[in-house]
Amino acid sequence: MNTTHPAVTDLRTETMTLNMGPSHPGTHGVLRLLLEVDGETVVSAQPILGYLHSGKEKIAEHRTYHQFIPYTDRLDYVAPLSNNVAYVLAVEKLLGIEATPRAQYIRVLCCELARISAHLLWLGTMAVDLGAVTIIFYAFREREKLNRLFEDLTGVRMNTSYTRVGGLAWDLPEGFESRVRAFLDEFPSQLKEMDGLLTRNRIWYDRCRGVGVISREDAIAYGLTGPSLRAAGVAWDLRKARPYSSYEHFEFDVPVEEAGDSYARYLVRMEEMRQARRIALQAIERMPGGPISVPDPKITPPPKRRILCSMEELIQDFEIVVFGHRAPKGEVYHSIEAPKGELGFYIISEGGGKPYRLKIRSPSFCNLSAMSKMVEGRLLSDVVTVISSLDPVMGEVDR
Amino acid sequence: MPTARQLNFVERLYLPEIVRGLSHTIRHLFRPKFTLQYPEERDVPLSRFRGMPALVRDENGRTKCVACKLCEFVCPPVAILIEAHEVADHPVEKGPKVFDINMLRCIMCGYCEEVCPEEAIFLTEKFELAAPSRAELVFNKEQLLEIGGVRPDPYHKWG
Repeated sequence: MNTTHPAVTDLRTETMTLNMGPSHPGTHGVLRLLLEVDGETVVSAQPILGYLHSGKEKIAEHRTYHQFIPYTDRLDYVAPLSNNVAYVLAVEKLLGIEATPRAQYIRVLCCELARISAHLLWLGTMAVDLGAVTIIFYAFREREKLNRLFEDLTGVRMNTSYTRVGGLAWDLPEGFESRVRAFLDEFPSQLKEMDGLLTRNRIWYDRCRGVGVISREDAIAYGLTGPSLRAAGVAWDLRKARPYSSYEHFEFDVPVEEAGDSYARYLVRMEEMRQARRIALQAIERMPGGPISVPDPKITPPPKRRILCSMEELIQDFEIVVFGHRAPKGEVYHSIEAPKGELGFYIISEGGGKPYRLKIRSPSFCNLSAMSKMVEGRLLSDVVTVISSLDPVMGEVDR
Repeated sequence: MPTARQLNFVERLYLPEIVRGLSHTIRHLFRPKFTLQYPEERDVPLSRFRGMPALVRDENGRTKCVACKLCEFVCPPVAILIEAHEVADHPVEKGPKVFDINMLRCIMCGYCEEVCPEEAIFLTEKFELAAPSRAELVFNKEQLLEIGGVRPDPYHKWG
């Protein structure tokens, strides 16, 4: 009998293409990874972005400097206060003004509370991704207390829009310092509880240690910033290297780890929360008095009472709203140490109340670029660990 | 500064970890509850709370808004639409014919309240926005005035 079946010449195996996301709980939002896997081993990983693209940079060209502040809330939406601060510092640099000492201290306090809040969310989600479901409840309980403080200060829990060009929207409410202090006094014991459950836990240790390793040289080459860079042994922190908003007045340590793996990033962020608490306490302690906004009628709208009853102030109010802040021609870049890393705003001004171009240098975007390097050759389950430990927020990746 | 040291023998055994974890869980069973059962239990908004915006009347029942359109100018998500018309029985001569706020676009940033030169628009404490259709969430002048209610003028700007 004649058979037409072709003869087998070799038994090759092929790699498989696997889409992880955009709606996968382990990718922290709408990140899509195009994975090429050989069995359980990742051959290549390509992040595909744009699922949360909202054109914020383009919108900025059609909004006055003042109007764009609420859009910055939506960048790293787990720490909106620190985005607000970064943006107004860039605009203030363009306008050539400096906030009052009280405003600067309040901004520092806001940044550090936002850092604790962002790191708590990272801790909870990373733990839940790796199977330690309990931690997310403890972390979100603490975050809830912080959200309550943010509501007290800004009126909302998220999307704070708290800073203004030349100052702040409102002063601290009465008794706010003592409420922050009460939270910060309680916080170390709560953090210790979470730390005690994770840090020396064998499952946690084995799943994080040696996973997603990046060398010091690669970390610099990929432009990593924030905890991911400091976990690779580079002591670079903009609060120390290029102090802004009075950070030079505060005493704090910059935690650095050498290993460059997920466990090192975990340790760095845990320590950063403790240091953020230290800075916040100092800010409350030494809070200067005085106004919260620059007393320049071309920058800060006059007080409401004056607007209601005086023609001159009414015109100023209209001028600032309709024409915006009269910025000079020029280009500025200002960056701060946001919870995720270096968050910078690059503004090109052709003069007038709106930017000609606004570029956002977001830490999550740059940090995510190193992800492929970290997961290649590792197991599929390590991809989740690496994404969690890099802590990208898609709001600022896609902008 | 914590150092990334290797796990020791007891830590590698893992059994003590299980006991420790369970003891945490049991301790938490007896701690006071932190959560709210939302529709039944309600959170009291703090004084600065920014809920949905609404128009207000003064103590004489007059619509305070004079349709200067400053809030329309400043609104970052372009959620406000105003059309002005002349008002006869009224010292300011101008008022809003149409004042719509698209609550689906509104982000409750409070810029409208901040710039208003008449103290005519305020953010209320209401935050529950649900409707069977999107069109129902575009509130017109009458709806906004009803939500806002009466807020007496502190300065009596118009005599």
